[in-house]
Amino acid sequence: MSAPLTSLHRCCQRSALLLLVARRQWCSSSASPPPPPLPRHRRLLLFLTQRYYDIEMLVNWKSQLKRKWLEWKNIGPRSSWRSEVTSQYYVLRLRGGFRYAGQSEWFRADHRGRFRQDFLKHKGTPLEEVDMSHTDINFTGLRNLASQQSLRTLKLRGCPYVDDWFLSRLHVFEDCLEELDISHCPQITTGGLAALRNLKGLKRLDVSSLPRIEIAGLVVILLEEMLPQCQITATGYNLDLSQAGGEKEVEELSQRQR
Amino acid sequence: KTFCKCIQRRITGGEYLSLCQAAIKKKASDALPGSSWTPLLVSPNLPPARVDIVIIGGGVVGWSIAYWLKQKEMIREGARILVVEKDPMYSQSSTVLSAGGIRQQFSLPENIHLSLASVNFMRKINDYLGVMNEDPVDLQFNQSGYLFLASEQGAQIMEENYITQRNAGAHVSLLSPTQLKQKFPWINTDGVVLASYGLENEGWFDPWTLLNAFKRKAISMGVIPCHGEVTGLLRLCGFVPDGITVCVEQVQMLNSLEYQPVECSIVVNAAGAFSGKLTKMLGIGSGPKDSIAGIPLPVEPRKRYVYVVNCPDGPGLDTPFLIDYSGVYFRREGLGGNYIAGVSPEEAEEPDTNNLEVDHQFFEEKVWPVLAHRVPAFEKLKVTSAWAGFYDYNTFDQNGIIGVHPLINNMYLATGFSGHGLQHSPAVGRAVAELILDGNFKTLDLSSFSFGRILSQEPMLERNIV
Repeated sequence: MSAPLTSLHRCCQRSALLLLVARRQWCSSSASPPPPPLPRHRRLLLFLTQRYYDIEMLVNWKSQLKRKWLEWKNIGPRSSWRSEVTSQYYVLRLRGGFRYAGQSEWFRADHRGRFRQDFLKHKGTPLEEVDMSHTDINFTGLRNLASQQSLRTLKLRGCPYVDDWFLSRLHVFEDCLEELDISHCPQITTGGLAALRNLKGLKRLDVSSLPRIEIAGLVVILLEEMLPQCQITATGYNLDLSQAGGEKEVEELSQRQR
Repeated sequence: KTFCKCIQRRITGGEYLSLCQAAIKKKASDALPGSSWTPLLVSPNLPPARVDIVIIGGGVVGWSIAYWLKQKEMIREGARILVVEKDPMYSQSSTVLSAGGIRQQFSLPENIHLSLASVNFMRKINDYLGVMNEDPVDLQFNQSGYLFLASEQGAQIMEENYITQRNAGAHVSLLSPTQLKQKFPWINTDGVVLASYGLENEGWFDPWTLLNAFKRKAISMGVIPCHGEVTGLLRLCGFVPDGITVCVEQVQMLNSLEYQPVECSIVVNAAGAFSGKLTKMLGIGSGPKDSIAGIPLPVEPRKRYVYVVNCPDGPGLDTPFLIDYSGVYFRREGLGGNYIAGVSPEEAEEPDTNNLEVDHQFFEEKVWPVLAHRVPAFEKLKVTSAWAGFYDYNTFDQNGIIGVHPLINNMYLATGFSGHGLQHSPAVGRAVAELILDGNFKTLDLSSFSFGRILSQEPMLERNIV
């Protein structure tokens, strides 16, 4: 009894997969996977927003305030007596971590955002490694780090506001940057990866699990051609050729792999 | 009618009765109160009879102006704005047929500031043009930069331009031929003395997405779109002694004889390649030779070809938008080894602008030899597709005309950009909105782009045009 049922189940799964693959093939190249359904309170808010001007205005204000708060956080310290340690204060305030050149101690804020002032002992020393993973760093915030001309490692794993424009700004580190980790950043696309062309000194690059990159296999090969001295890590992608969207890209991929 | 159908299809009596019943029911329900049936058929697509501002031209500049006007108005529904576009398919519009590049490598500081302002707008495009509960705008911006190559004659100009660009805030770097060869091994540096490379804020994007983003946001803020052609502009006499005030227009609906006169107080001419025709309707250009009325608006359409080529061994992901000193340009398109190439023809060999037919011989003679010389891998390429589009070419000095026309008191011009209208559209839209609502420029001073320079015959020439 169970055997025909299991085969039916498998048949349904396969047909669902086929439908999914068929739908993907007809999607435009920039289509992202369909978003998950909204929770109930959000659906109610959406319903009210479409019917009442006041609620639409309040929701608009809320998103504007959120954007302003993000910009305010990223502008960095304003007082003049902190001008020598702007980058350090900025990194610590956003809950990142850094390491000075020539030392092995890392300075970080704790889980409540408090940090000790003992990093001020090494005021003049340049930063060598900065870890801003899972922080709210964005394009505006990068100018606080731009003065660090001996930065060797920059980790930006899982930063929700790191986008293509941020990557284009990284040219300020073109002489010194050797390691860059931009994995799991949801806003980076292929156009932004083209901006990494300026970082000719890059030795290690991590571009794993970038959700907006289609045809990851081809993009990784093109990146390897663009940065020949760089070791590129790209895990978390399904590099199966049958899932690629568009025959031309598949041909190109197989040609380049040869 | 149903009886004829009955005879044609030989249906039975019962079916005929039910058909008649259905027809009677439909007519009765249409005539009942609460339905939209009227004995006098009014076309639902006609524009309103009275608006405040009419923007003629629904390209990216026109919709950008509409968006900024709504953005800047102090109260909701403060200004009624109508955008008239004669081609809902955008088949001849310069916006959608453009190569979509944006650069800061100009020689005039005003152009550099316009580009920088536009790029800042595009970086935060979802803050400006995001509509609630709709998909976010994805311009598909490729951050690949522009690369200008200069021969011996142009090297001096390139150095001077570089200083202007750095002073204005653009991130550009100069490269020698050796550095160029190191950075891009696929280039043949024969004849190149200096190269100018954009490090940031330069690249290309999808113009259709930008146009639709402006349109969607402007319509959500209350701008009225209209698909029709402006076939008549009426002068109002008696208000100002020297000068025309344009007030009432004739908007002709597409493929029909219906037209609607639209009363308005301000007209914005953003018609792109067809702006010259609009001012001709008012007699500008056919007055006596030494008067202002004798000087026509120097904007005319110029056809430019764009060819899509496929070269599997071509340059990779870091291909910039390369512009050779001969004028030939190319850029990468997608990831499949496709490139877009073209060149501006010589003045004497300008193609005919009656249609958008492509001349493939032009590619073989003018574009391919230079491409193959500059990038040896392009010797083995195949042309897969081509299209042609119009530049709204300013025959006077190839730069935009922004401001009020000296004779027509309420016509604002925003046209004549000669190939860089798309990249300047957000900033130009804001400037024209400031001019209309605030009376003068607030953020960027574009008074040097006014029509006055044409009257005083002082051209603002760019030293690099493509």
